[in-house]
Amino acid sequence: MSGDALLQVENLRLDLIVGQRRFGAVKDVTFAIGRGETFGLVGESGCGKSITALALIGLLRRPLAFGGGRILFKGREIQDLSDGEMRKLRGNAISMIFQEPMTALNPLSPVGRQIAEMFVLHKGATWHEAERQAVEALANVRVPAPDRRVRDYPHQLSGGMRQRVMIAIALACRPDLLLADEPTTALDVTVQAEILELIRDLSAAQGTAVLMISHDLGLIANMCARVGVMYAGRLVEERAAQEVFRTPSHPYTSGLVASLPLLGARASHGRSRLKEIAGVVPAVTAFPEGCRFNPRCQARTEICIAQDPEETALARGGRVRCHHHA
Amino acid sequence: MLQFVFRRLLQAIPILLAVAGLIFLLFSVIPGNFASTQMADGRSVVDAESIERMNRQFGLDQPLATRFATYVGKLATLDLGTSFRTRQPVWHLIGERLWPTMQLAFAAMMFAIAIGVPLGFLAALRPGGIVDTVSMVTAVSGLSLPKFWLGLMLMYLFALQLGWLPSFGYGDGALRNLILPSVALGVAPLALLARTTRAAVLEIMNADFVRTARAKGMSERRVVQWHLARNALVIVLTTVGLQFGSVIGQAVVIEKLFAWPGLGSLLVDSVSLRDIPVVQGCILVIVLFFLVVNMLVDVLAAVIDPRIRYS
Amino acid sequence: MKFRANLLIGGALFATVVVAGALAPFLAHTDPVMDANLMNAEVAPGGEFWFGTDAQGRDIYSRVLYGARISLTVGIVSQLINTVIGVCLGLSAAYWGGWWDDFVSGLTNLMLAIPSLIFALAIMAILSPGLTSLLIALGLTNWSYTCRLARASALSLKGQGYVQAARVLGYGDIRIMLTQILPNILGPIIVIGTLGMGGAVLAEASLSFLGLGIRPPFPSWGSMLSDARDQITTAPWISIFPGLAIFMTVLGLNLLGDGLRDILDPQSRARTA
Repeated sequence: MSGDALLQVENLRLDLIVGQRRFGAVKDVTFAIGRGETFGLVGESGCGKSITALALIGLLRRPLAFGGGRILFKGREIQDLSDGEMRKLRGNAISMIFQEPMTALNPLSPVGRQIAEMFVLHKGATWHEAERQAVEALANVRVPAPDRRVRDYPHQLSGGMRQRVMIAIALACRPDLLLADEPTTALDVTVQAEILELIRDLSAAQGTAVLMISHDLGLIANMCARVGVMYAGRLVEERAAQEVFRTPSHPYTSGLVASLPLLGARASHGRSRLKEIAGVVPAVTAFPEGCRFNPRCQARTEICIAQDPEETALARGGRVRCHHHA
Repeated sequence: MLQFVFRRLLQAIPILLAVAGLIFLLFSVIPGNFASTQMADGRSVVDAESIERMNRQFGLDQPLATRFATYVGKLATLDLGTSFRTRQPVWHLIGERLWPTMQLAFAAMMFAIAIGVPLGFLAALRPGGIVDTVSMVTAVSGLSLPKFWLGLMLMYLFALQLGWLPSFGYGDGALRNLILPSVALGVAPLALLARTTRAAVLEIMNADFVRTARAKGMSERRVVQWHLARNALVIVLTTVGLQFGSVIGQAVVIEKLFAWPGLGSLLVDSVSLRDIPVVQGCILVIVLFFLVVNMLVDVLAAVIDPRIRYS
Repeated sequence: MKFRANLLIGGALFATVVVAGALAPFLAHTDPVMDANLMNAEVAPGGEFWFGTDAQGRDIYSRVLYGARISLTVGIVSQLINTVIGVCLGLSAAYWGGWWDDFVSGLTNLMLAIPSLIFALAIMAILSPGLTSLLIALGLTNWSYTCRLARASALSLKGQGYVQAARVLGYGDIRIMLTQILPNILGPIIVIGTLGMGGAVLAEASLSFLGLGIRPPFPSWGSMLSDARDQITTAPWISIFPGLAIFMTVLGLNLLGDGLRDILDPQSRARTA
């Protein structure tokens, strides 16, 4: 896999800087995404999945900072690139959509211009050409009457429409990798499915790989071939999406699966009540010793408190970081 | 856009009317009237008959409601009445004072904008840094300075000790005469603008759309110029408009200190002399000036920000 | 870290002024009004007269001390009046709504359209100069911001569960406003009040400087400066010390207000954090 991987993340460490101290907000995270592959990162808020994405696109800002490890994009190390070089990748080869479509667009510019900007920035187009291409891009994300919509300002559009504009911006330059950070969380349920379908269709058509980030394991399993589960700054399990559902290996993943509502056939098998995982995600500044999940884990033993578990490859594919994995 | 301007104009009319009503009432309910205060205050001896004559002449013997109706009727034809003292039309007295006050207010505001906005901007780029700390300490000090004392100190230093600038007077509108009063008047809005700009830039710097701009691969310079500056400008503009009110208010003191022949000195002199029509006229014109400036600022903000245009 | 410095320096400055005003009879060397002595006119600072003497030979140090009393009285009392007016109007407008709300909002807009110093000046024009008139003029003209703030915060609190619950329990309107809503908006109101107090001190000085506030010979810092203007070339110290006193007082109040804002109004801090 590593030979033809589009993106390789190796032992990534991201620090939260508080005064003079550095806390490992993300530690030893390793994963890879192949060309055109859809990879999911799932976990509760605060587990480090969003800042991992920000680190990939070089947008970490104080109090967060890169702490170590390697990020290889098309085999080239990008974690130490200069700002200028990173800018050539950003938006062009790697692009990102964010959670809040309501505030992610500049309120003072027509949306067409905000899309057109991409062609001017990265493709050397003139504004005139770019505005024309923006109409096409808007049509591409299935916005009706795109030639009129380009002149609209963000506040005149609905949340779903704005997220379509964001997708048009992100995919304008046909990037190799799209980072989608909770792209549907802020939207109505009915709109969510349309937006996800749009991301899936367009990325498949362009051959764009997608890193999908969500707290919703169900959504991730629907969209992605493989899934990484994060907890308290660590990647605790990485498997094929279907496997994760059937045979979760890490106790945290089991908890996540058990907390999902089941629909249709599987629902009749039995559980009547949704399970929840007791306790809360610890703060970055107060991660526990040993396995970071141990205070909430039902399978906890002495070793879980004493020793940080190593990553173990699973016989049926994938990896897990647990002393007592299933 | 035209619709917005029209709507904004319509909003200003009731306020202006209410101000007219308020100051009319204020000066009508006071115990005694102009003629008797003249007797108590002025040194001249006025007999009962001339009081009577004066009251009739100025219509002060009519009932309140009639007087108000007459007053508003005259206002509608831009007639502000006649000065008790000089017997000249108030409009005439105000007319020759308006331009110096506008000069002073605009010069003070320009000074405040030219220094305050860049200062706040620089401070926000490195919050907690040296520039930030120094400029914010300067700003809070500037807000705390009594303007007329600052003016007095500037006058002492630059006019009387160094002799670089004239110490007072209008000097037929020469720039040299304008410098000291406008600096004294501009320091407070400068400080406030520095603080507002800093807060606005800091807030927008963390806005989602600025992150989007960076994620697009835009250079930091373009992010600042294109996305940050324009958005901060809207907030700064609104502050400028509101600050005009306090600048015109404070101009009264500065004009008095520097013997500047503006509306403010006319107002203060008329207050001391109880020349009520002139006081009323001055306040009305000052409020009108403030409203007009704010309207222009709002229109300018609406040009930049579509949300204001369509709301 | 910085907000502690604000509070500390601001509090210390303000406390100094309060102590100076309160203990003026003990700290002053001479009577501020009566002890004029033309033999000692325009003596430079130093020796017997720490801050020098003015044109009538009065000790400026003693007069500055007594001036604190006037400034503090005007600042505190007038701002208290403003706060009470603003809170009452704002709360009742938000709570009762309807035509009363429209009326209060209209009144607030009207107040905002007239520069407050001009308004105070107009009121001083119809009252006779003096402390009481000043308190009225400054107390009636600067409540619009407090009113807006109280109205906006009360509106957002009105719909919340615990206020609804109090209503279900049969609490009266005024009791709900005072016991359920007011305590929750007190922080920002104290902040505005503190900053407004600085504004009132400045306004008093300005009016007295114009001869429309406290009249000589009473030692208001503003009227002292008004006297001092004519001697600025020969005796600049007459102008320097009263001005410094105003500056110190207002700076103290502004720093205190900023510091209190960081503590009592964390929403506005979160934005810059």
